[in-house]
Amino acid sequence: MGRNQILGARGEDLVAVLLEGRGYQIIERNWRIKDGEIDLVAISDANILVFIEVKTRTSSAFGHPLEAITKEKAHRLQKLALAWLVLHHKWGNEYRIDCAAVTIPTGSDFEIDYREAVL
Amino acid sequence: MGLALTSTVSLTGLVGNLIDVEVDISQGLPGFTLLGLPDAALSESKERVRAAITNSGESWSNRKVTVSLSPAWLPKSGSSFDLPIAIALLMAQGFLPNLIEPKTVFLGELSLDGSLRAVRGVLPAVLAAAKFGADRVMVPAANYLEAKCVPGIEVIAVSNLRDATSFLRTGVQEDFLIQSHPDPAVRSHLDLCDVAGQHIARNALEIAAIGGHHLFFIGPPGTGKTMLAERIPSILPPLSLSAILEVTAIHSVAGTLAQRDLLSALPPFVAPHHTTTSVAMIGGGSGAIKPGATSIAHEGVLFIDEAPECARGVLDSLRQPLESGSVTISRAIGSVTYPAKFLLVLAANPCPCGRFSGRGRGCTCSQQSIRRYLQRLSGPLLDRIDIRVFVEPPSRAEMASEELGESSEVVRERVTLAREVAALRFAGEAWNLNSQIPPGHLRKRYCARKSAMNFLHMELDKERLSARGFHKVLRVAWSLADSRGHTIPDESDVITAYQYREGMELFH
Repeated sequence: MGRNQILGARGEDLVAVLLEGRGYQIIERNWRIKDGEIDLVAISDANILVFIEVKTRTSSAFGHPLEAITKEKAHRLQKLALAWLVLHHKWGNEYRIDCAAVTIPTGSDFEIDYREAVL
Repeated sequence: MGLALTSTVSLTGLVGNLIDVEVDISQGLPGFTLLGLPDAALSESKERVRAAITNSGESWSNRKVTVSLSPAWLPKSGSSFDLPIAIALLMAQGFLPNLIEPKTVFLGELSLDGSLRAVRGVLPAVLAAAKFGADRVMVPAANYLEAKCVPGIEVIAVSNLRDATSFLRTGVQEDFLIQSHPDPAVRSHLDLCDVAGQHIARNALEIAAIGGHHLFFIGPPGTGKTMLAERIPSILPPLSLSAILEVTAIHSVAGTLAQRDLLSALPPFVAPHHTTTSVAMIGGGSGAIKPGATSIAHEGVLFIDEAPECARGVLDSLRQPLESGSVTISRAIGSVTYPAKFLLVLAANPCPCGRFSGRGRGCTCSQQSIRRYLQRLSGPLLDRIDIRVFVEPPSRAEMASEELGESSEVVRERVTLAREVAALRFAGEAWNLNSQIPPGHLRKRYCARKSAMNFLHMELDKERLSARGFHKVLRVAWSLADSRGHTIPDESDVITAYQYREGMELFH
């Protein structure tokens, strides 16, 4: 695993812990098909399916992590979510797509900017 | 997450519209959406505002930012929205107090480092802000003097975004550099005393200035047609206060304010080249509709040299402003009316080679080509021109004479006096210049003495004068009477006016 992959996995772990703390149940991690990957899939405390995209950075020198989600990427996330629903026969379930920005600066505490239903 | 509102003014021509700039910051992916029909320059505002905010030590919201400019149906253009957007953004994030009172209008373009750049059209925008009841206006320091011309509104000038935010937080205005304009009292440096000889043309100039008559100079090259025309503003009375504001507003929108003293009372002089297009003449352009030469010459002089060389459509496009004193330009984004009341001065060579004068020695043009040359000027346009004079080359004696001609100041005093006389006579009428007397009134209330009228009727009988020519002669005769101190034009005034129709034979 390269440096960025390690960083990304750490970010996803941190978000998973945060969500579990909120009463969410993580049901899938790094679900991958040929069109792309969903970082986390969870069922919320209100029984809603939640797809989560996690962006992890060590600093915001190159802009806010969530700015990396362009229109095209947002569109792909929506398609992936629908693909997950179809493949898992959950078509018709209530769902939403969240994004989390994790900043892990070297030598100091991490920070999570979690935004619900952004797409 | 946050909502804020600021105000600015968007110009359509000279008319300002109050625009509400609403900023909403909401949960979502970082993004910036600008609503409300922005043009290209305004759409780029996003990048300028962002860089200016971060470079001014403020923080940029990594949220979903929606900026709405309302009324939403009105197409908006220009870069003066940068400042109101930036301020509203900072307010929506809670970095600035949300300000409702006093009602403030913001104008200004931001550069990437956060400093404020001057924008066009500040004077009409501030006039509109005052009209809509704003208490104060915040403008770039470079536009301070221009904004200051408007009474009844507090002007806050700032040189960068940092000063703007610190003013809104503390109410303390930072020092700024005033970009001074030249002293408005300075008159045109061109003076009529520079012109050698040319007594007939000088008199014609004076009469044209008194009555607001349009002029046509015909003469060989190098005889001083341009010199004479350039000096008309120096003999016109200074502009009234309302005219000064109007003229300055037009120049502000046209972006030609730097070429003029701010609040100058000197009537403008505009000399478009004869290859000019009708859009440059009347106004237009893509995006914002800009005023053309006719409006920039408002309350002043529009001089067209080598008039027969102009494309015919260009000269004929002058007919609407000559008729109504304004131009209305309609484009897809809307329709704009600019004032365009000017004294038209046309100049032409008598023939294509330019040497036809006096006895016509040296002229190589055929009779036909001479006729065709001046016939390029359309009849309806020439109808609007009351005075037509030949400008002959000055004689040897005139050139050798060391005596200077009359100075502009002396002539201007006479013109001002004569205009006052005319204004008294026209008190209660819809016009105030002799050139504007309607034909019906010329035959009744404003006719000349009996003997003078007899002379004109005789010329009519002999078919040497058309009905239209009859009215023109009478109008010029009134200006002559005013300059000579006659209460009613007498025979000598009418005969002189009749002579200001030289060169008729060239047109027929």
